[in-house]
Amino acid sequence: MTYRSILLAGVASLLATTASADCAFENDTPVSMLSAGFEAWKAVSDAMAECGNFSAELDQEFRTKQPEAFSADPSLYALGGVSNGTITPLINEGLIRPLDDLVAEYGENLNDNQLIRIDGQIMAVGMMVNTQHLMYRADIFEDLGLEVPETWEEVLAAAEAIEAAEVVDYPLGATMKSGWNLAQDFNNMFLGFGGSFTDADNMPTINTEAGVNALEMMKAMTDYMDPEYLVSDSTYVQQQFQQGKIAMANLWASRAGAMDNEEESSVVGLVESAAAPRATADGPPATTIWWDGVVVAKNISDEEAEAAFRVAMEGIDSEMVQGANDAAIWLVQGYEPTRLAQGAIATLQSQPGATAYPSTTAMGLMHTAIGNNVSAYLTGDKDAEQTLADIEADYITSAREAGLIQG
Amino acid sequence: MKPRVFAAFVAPSLLMMLIFIAAPLVSVFAQSFYVTQPVFERVEVETCTPSFPTAICTTETKSRPVLDEAGEVQTQTRYVGLESYRNMLQLDRVGEALSSGRIGQILNIDFWSALRFTLMFTLITLPIVIVAGLAIALAVNNAVKSLRGPVIFISLLPFIITPVIGVLSIRWLFIGDGILTAFLENMLARDIAMFAQGWTIELMMLFYRVWHVAPFAFVIFYAGLQTVNQDTLESAIVDGASRWQRLRFVVIPHLGPLITFVALIHLMDAYRAFEEIVGFSSQSHVISLQWLTYDLLQPDDAGNRAISRASASAMLTMIGVVILLIAPVRRAWREHKGFR
Repeated sequence: MTYRSILLAGVASLLATTASADCAFENDTPVSMLSAGFEAWKAVSDAMAECGNFSAELDQEFRTKQPEAFSADPSLYALGGVSNGTITPLINEGLIRPLDDLVAEYGENLNDNQLIRIDGQIMAVGMMVNTQHLMYRADIFEDLGLEVPETWEEVLAAAEAIEAAEVVDYPLGATMKSGWNLAQDFNNMFLGFGGSFTDADNMPTINTEAGVNALEMMKAMTDYMDPEYLVSDSTYVQQQFQQGKIAMANLWASRAGAMDNEEESSVVGLVESAAAPRATADGPPATTIWWDGVVVAKNISDEEAEAAFRVAMEGIDSEMVQGANDAAIWLVQGYEPTRLAQGAIATLQSQPGATAYPSTTAMGLMHTAIGNNVSAYLTGDKDAEQTLADIEADYITSAREAGLIQG
Repeated sequence: MKPRVFAAFVAPSLLMMLIFIAAPLVSVFAQSFYVTQPVFERVEVETCTPSFPTAICTTETKSRPVLDEAGEVQTQTRYVGLESYRNMLQLDRVGEALSSGRIGQILNIDFWSALRFTLMFTLITLPIVIVAGLAIALAVNNAVKSLRGPVIFISLLPFIITPVIGVLSIRWLFIGDGILTAFLENMLARDIAMFAQGWTIELMMLFYRVWHVAPFAFVIFYAGLQTVNQDTLESAIVDGASRWQRLRFVVIPHLGPLITFVALIHLMDAYRAFEEIVGFSSQSHVISLQWLTYDLLQPDDAGNRAISRASASAMLTMIGVVILLIAPVRRAWREHKGFR
């Protein structure tokens, strides 16, 4: 099935349902939700609120609150918004319930693609995918006669040409804020070079050629970037684009809509997206795939869970997507990809494909260790081998303390 | 006062101190010697995630905590002695760096790099805060009466602002092409990136801390200036003492205990530097001891947090504060006894 046929199916199902802006049923059980606070979740929670008796807490600190709130009995929230990174503690501690029965009863509008199955059971319902992919200023590329780069070597070559032409402050932008963001950029590049983070015994496998290559490529990128890259997060890169300061970046798909926001952006219609560049000529795109979706708490009564699930289905139906089409790359029926979604779709369809961000306990520890160490390489305090050895040492220390490896 | 009455007055605050200071301290101390971890089992898990056009399913071996019958994660706690402290201090690496003569490598270890910054930060801001506070106090004291109210109000403003907000305002003045960076670039006709290297960030941190704390020193010193013995001052004038000599031999000795007090409070506060690190997102270049503890406690996406190392880090921070405070506390004690 191609993407277009999903789309057609979505349009067909839209025509079948009568267009009413309200919720399909009257909800009389109080339902609450804790989720992240970005644009897509605002659209979803607004749609859920139409059913009545619903309250949402949109909080960027949701990931620290969720495990504690869901382990209360009864759980403080019936619904949770998670991604493939943040679902891990909820699964590990058994705090969310399998949704197979509820999907069978109320999930008639869901695609199979939306069902997040773990060990054969549906544990979450996905609503959108997100990935970091190439965004670039089409006008600059056209003026300078540049091809859209498909590998990072080509990105560097294009950056060189853009720098020589002096059309923007910095040819490249990157989400390299120290900590989580920087680690994620390393992860992308590391996976692109064919690396894997840990072996089956949870021992680190970072200190490899792939690790060195990833670090060296990141260092090469920084030559074309704002020297303050170690404080630049997604919002900062988005603003650099909007203010016309950069020409390219490997940026989150969820930020694409902002490029055409006329109130903020001076480059409306000029930014295009393409697949995430590959690190090697025949490797996968150097990026990871993420999804966001809804989970239902275990520590609530079955009646509450049923009401919560029905409200959630109203929140991620095609009516919601119609009102917020550009807020995300929706998995929901009725989504019409615009030109800004092309990059994400190309990334997802590329062969060999990018992998999903691994949701494991070990990866959480690894992510922290990477985030704390990579900057020392970029600032020149350590060489690549030392940096990778330190990442492994930090990881082993915390994995021992967490009980993942013995001895 | 009768002992019973005294006890009745003191008991509530003593109880509060036991509950909110002593008990957590003991618990953190104990936790630093134990490690609590979930029992993991290895399982083959098939995970299906969305993609285009259909979902991708992968099978992997994952470590998963074992749940008991009640659905809680099974944990085991074991005594590890000083292991968490060893993991923080990494003395073997320090020894290696010392014996190979590459002392700079010690600063690659989080704890020592944090200690370096924290000590530097504390000891540099201390004299600046005291001198700045004293200067403002003297200026206000010599100002025309009608101006004093407004001047005091304005000087106190930085102290009233919530610390994190103060840090963020300075960040926004300088980050990227912030107004002040743009102004400096104009003046010096060169490109400036204040957040691109460690020393400029440290300068901004020092500036912020002095700006924020100097008003506190000022208020204390200004109160002290109101009680300077006017007779002594006048006789000093009669003896032909210059303005500087009066300050040096009359005013500053009078303010001595207050200077010790301000130093004591400032050492305690500055050693716990934290807002600066978070506000300037400086962890690539500069970290502090308090931030290190926070970072260890902060759960990652998978929900892991390093409680034992965080406890060890907190204890080490406390030991550092105690060592720093020995000198001023002894001085305060001597002054206290001297006044009797």
